[in-house]
Amino acid sequence: MEKLIFGLYVFMLAAFAGYQVIAKVPALLHTPLMAFTNAISGISLVASLVIAGGDYGPVAKVFGVVAVAAATINVVGGFIITDRMLKMFHKKPRAAKSGESTGGAPGVKP
Amino acid sequence: MTAVLAASGGGGSDVSLHLAYLISSLLFILGLRALGHPDTARRGTTMAAVGMLIAVAGTLFHHEIVSYGWIAVGLVIGAAIGYPMGRWIPMTKMPERIALSHSFGGLAVALVGIAEYYRHQVLGGAITRFAMGAIGFEVILGAITFTGSLVAFGKLQGILPGKPQTFRGQNVCNFVLMGTAAAMVVALVARPDLTALFYSLVSLGFLLGVSLVVPIGGADMPVVICLLNSYAGLAASASGFALDNNVLIICGALDGGSGFLLAIVMSKAMNRSFRNVLFGAFGSDAAAAKGGSSSGAPVREGSVEEAAELLKFAGSVIIVPGYGLAVSQAQHAARELADLLIGRGASVKYAIHPVAGRMPGHMNVLLAEANVPYDQLFELEAINDEFPRTDVAIVVGANDVVNPAAKNTPQSPIYGMPILNADQSKAVIVLKRSMNPGFAGIENELFTLPQTMMVFGDAKKTLASIAAAVKEG
Repeated sequence: MEKLIFGLYVFMLAAFAGYQVIAKVPALLHTPLMAFTNAISGISLVASLVIAGGDYGPVAKVFGVVAVAAATINVVGGFIITDRMLKMFHKKPRAAKSGESTGGAPGVKP
Repeated sequence: MTAVLAASGGGGSDVSLHLAYLISSLLFILGLRALGHPDTARRGTTMAAVGMLIAVAGTLFHHEIVSYGWIAVGLVIGAAIGYPMGRWIPMTKMPERIALSHSFGGLAVALVGIAEYYRHQVLGGAITRFAMGAIGFEVILGAITFTGSLVAFGKLQGILPGKPQTFRGQNVCNFVLMGTAAAMVVALVARPDLTALFYSLVSLGFLLGVSLVVPIGGADMPVVICLLNSYAGLAASASGFALDNNVLIICGALDGGSGFLLAIVMSKAMNRSFRNVLFGAFGSDAAAAKGGSSSGAPVREGSVEEAAELLKFAGSVIIVPGYGLAVSQAQHAARELADLLIGRGASVKYAIHPVAGRMPGHMNVLLAEANVPYDQLFELEAINDEFPRTDVAIVVGANDVVNPAAKNTPQSPIYGMPILNADQSKAVIVLKRSMNPGFAGIENELFTLPQTMMVFGDAKKTLASIAAAVKEG
């Protein structure tokens, strides 16, 4: 019972802290937000590791290894894709690309 | 505050492991906070990745781990699949990718729960009622997330029919299944030794995931993905309760909260309640009935040259992108036209409706990929007042999100949905493939307004031709 109460405290406070920070994420970044939470949900890796590395018989071992693989997919893929998206958000057009399209245009013909 | 959180649960001997989890939890929350602004967001990802590394490295020293060979196998397989999934999947496929990764997350959590139950049964260690309850929630939520996300992926990818698959009494059937699952969890808490019951619960979870998502139409998948995100988080949290692991509880709570919040945002933007999304089977009967009734009001069709003429003298332009823009890969063409107009002295902004893409924020990513600076991207609330002062609104492949019926026609199914007020701008250019109605099958009076000019054809080609015509003129 004590465990449940402690756990609920942790859950409640984390949910509250999470709500506060997540509500401030602009709609602009909602897709990266989903990829990000997807990556950190790969934290179930820490539980999978114990199952895969522990000595609980072959069935648990197989489940553990599959779980490790599935969680690792999310961790590795999740962080890579989040960063890939966030890299694309920038304020001013990048010099290399903007040159071609805006370069000749202004004042060529009114 | 987080210090108190993580310290409270442990009580074990692995002080350093708890400390590692504590630091990870803090880094995850700080990382999320950094995601609040595009300038700091990448730093946030780095923080969270470091947090993950600390948590995983710390766990490898866990006293129950006796061998590392199979762990390495799992990690290598996961990394080998995860890396390409992160590195090369195109941005347009982001919803599919997210759905698929939710299914991996659900699978991992469900398997951990099953293994946890199994090892207690096999090794004879009596499972506490508390742990049993937590594992019950964990496996049912994990299983629902796994198969539900696979169905969502199939619908998005077009492997499964996007139309809602319904039969009479479906909702009743689903409610009975959910009630059965809840009763089974309660029974297991009372009698954790009923092995057959446990595995029936797992199977029921897999079945529920399918039966809950199959009746939901493809257009509603954004909300479904968010909800599945939330379930995956709650499942991870439940596993944290079962294993007495605070970092799992915290991460699960963050994930669950985020998914839930986004699901609310999306349903509001679609003018739908959760109940309606989950059990409404929208877009089947109602829309089909409405699709046929066309008033046949005349539309003014314009040529590329006429559109270019209009834009040449526009001081302010707002581009309203819809999913049609992404379908025809017209992001770059739109940005090139925008740059051209900016070069001629016009102000150009993009108005992004929350459901412009196929998941929350999707359109922003697609435009950012096309090199559109994010300070030109505006959310609905931020830009809606500017339409009356705008010379030309260019609607590209968007329909329902600019339909004034949402404001003026109480009988319309989209009445009350927040829309972009493109109809209030001085002139409107609508780029559209044909006069087919949007997914909701509703006629759009924006198209028949006197200031509206329709330019039919492929959005990408049309935008490029307009840009060429503006340059020449």
